[in-house]
Amino acid sequence: MATFLGINFFALFGQLLIGLINGSFYALLSLGLAIIFGLLRIINFAQGAMYMLGAFVALLGFKYIGMNYWVALLIVPIVVGVIGVLIQRFLIRPIANEDHLYSLLLTFGLALMIQGLFTHWFGSSGQSYPVPDALKGGVRLPFMYLPNYRAWIIVVSVLVCFSTWWMIEKTKLGVYLRAGTENPQLLQAFGINVPLIVTLTFGFGVGLAGFAGVMAAPVYSVSPDMGSNILIIVFAIVVIGGMGSIGGAILTGLGMGVVEGLTKYFYPEASATVIFLVMVIVLLIKPSGLFGKNA
Amino acid sequence: MQLQKKVLSNLITGIVVATITSTAAAATDGKIKIGVLADMGGTYADLCGPGCVIATRMAIEDFGGKALGKDIELVSADSQLKPDIASSVARKWVENEDVDVIGGLVSSAVTGAVTQVTNNSKNITLITGSASNAFTTSACSPYIAHWTYNVVALANGTVKQMVNEGKNKWFFITADYAFGHALEGVSMKVIEANGGETVGTVRAPLGTTDFSSYVLQAQASGANVVALANAGNDTVNALNAAAEFGLTDYMDIAGLLVFTPNAQAMDPDTAQGMRLTTGFYWDMDDQTRAWSKRFEALHGAIPSMAHAGAYSATMHYLKAVDAVGTDDSDAVMKQMKLTKPDDFFARNATLRADGRMEHDMLLVEIKKAADRKNKNDIYNIVEVIPGNKAYNPMLPSCAF
Repeated sequence: MATFLGINFFALFGQLLIGLINGSFYALLSLGLAIIFGLLRIINFAQGAMYMLGAFVALLGFKYIGMNYWVALLIVPIVVGVIGVLIQRFLIRPIANEDHLYSLLLTFGLALMIQGLFTHWFGSSGQSYPVPDALKGGVRLPFMYLPNYRAWIIVVSVLVCFSTWWMIEKTKLGVYLRAGTENPQLLQAFGINVPLIVTLTFGFGVGLAGFAGVMAAPVYSVSPDMGSNILIIVFAIVVIGGMGSIGGAILTGLGMGVVEGLTKYFYPEASATVIFLVMVIVLLIKPSGLFGKNA
Repeated sequence: MQLQKKVLSNLITGIVVATITSTAAAATDGKIKIGVLADMGGTYADLCGPGCVIATRMAIEDFGGKALGKDIELVSADSQLKPDIASSVARKWVENEDVDVIGGLVSSAVTGAVTQVTNNSKNITLITGSASNAFTTSACSPYIAHWTYNVVALANGTVKQMVNEGKNKWFFITADYAFGHALEGVSMKVIEANGGETVGTVRAPLGTTDFSSYVLQAQASGANVVALANAGNDTVNALNAAAEFGLTDYMDIAGLLVFTPNAQAMDPDTAQGMRLTTGFYWDMDDQTRAWSKRFEALHGAIPSMAHAGAYSATMHYLKAVDAVGTDDSDAVMKQMKLTKPDDFFARNATLRADGRMEHDMLLVEIKKAADRKNKNDIYNIVEVIPGNKAYNPMLPSCAF
């Protein structure tokens, strides 16, 4: 085997690829959070719960009405997005003019309640969701066995991330969205319904979490605490990338996946903390985050 | 200066008073109050959470609801899997609320914190969900009864059998906390003693979602068995990753600690044939089935070994209270060790002087999807391991 300085390169390549897979997953998750924070200035602590909800809706749909994976991939984000719209319209909008802390606490409480209810209904042990037939099996690369489903995660995440970024940064809709954050009164004066835009953006951001939940269901066990486990990491990624920077969240997500993957190889004990270590260093050197604009 | 001295002396008085109160003997007020401290909504809630409360209540009701002529009282609390919270609940219970005995107890870290309180206050603990063997060895006490299982029994069951079948090169994916380390350490000794070797280990933080990186390391290690020295969702996630990356095609997976809810959460195609050791299986015989059906009607799911253990331990405790006619911990524990526990759970059982409840353990195999009659039909019993072969020998220093 190709080894150098005691490092097995084949194994290292494997770890790098796995890091990229996890990273693309992080990117997908932090994207929704970055949109909601970047455009709406809402720190949405319920994003993890929405991700869990996405996985559960897919699982329950499969169990009770035989909804297959591909249908779930389309329907579930919409269902979760609608829930997000309702949350924004009836819970967050009434406190929109208060300090950010209020929406943070509200969404945090909401997350705990949703998680608690799901634990009560479905237990804490987690359930399995089958990998769709078309994506079963894998490819044997020289350095590792790559399951098809993991390759699919990379492709889909990159596609969704890029198109979201393009939509917000390059299209007219994106211009409205960004203008609505910068100067809502002025945009309203042009006859644009700003509150509607805000609600739909929130719904879209939350829908992305639901989408990530469906993507995660076949590989991770579907359990009520799956969201809270990952939420803190995703928050750290958004902070490292620069609060509100969409492109930053995507690139940082990918990068942190790789950093975490390498840590799992060289010093696995630290793999749960390495991202937070990076966060501390970035905050000390560049408090606005790697890609953030100075506030 | 004067003021400082006063503050200092007040502080010392406070510490002394606190020490005295915390070492005061358990209340012998003639009324039995049982506290169940478990994980009500966390990762281990299905293993020993609300179910452990239900099982304990069943034991109280089956016993007749009264002991020493008074109604038996049951209280419960959520440990939240946090040792500091568990320890303050335990202190409140034994110091202010006259709780006689604390049961449930899942996660060795939580149990360690609780037993520090109860050992001092001389209250009995009935450990039914935790795995560490420390409670009857390095941290043993005259007031501990460790029911259900421990890491040694798990290793002596699953690991020994597999090494004897020629699976001699082991790789460990271990949960990076006290329980995982203990399970890994004990298993390695069993492997070595039976002529096998450990070719590598990796320590994964508790609550890891993605195990693919560790699975890849296992793949490169040249082992023929990958042992999962973890629990709960960690085990399920690790197993899923192993199957996904093709590991299960040419390596055996040994789940060292699997509770029934976890086994049910596993994809049958992936988990089929996997062997594991358990202290209890609901479908073993008529006795276990009868109790399990009653439990299922109340809880909504079949019992885990911790649930069955909680019932058995409570029942044995109450019988001892009844026999000695007091709730004095020393007298009750002496009686508990004198009589042999004997119920649907405790088979060929004895509560040893060190507090270890030794009973028959089961080596089981996860059934194929095609062989399952219903969702609860998950294991084939491969072998019954006698208690004295499963558990660690008693340390002379712990023979109370």
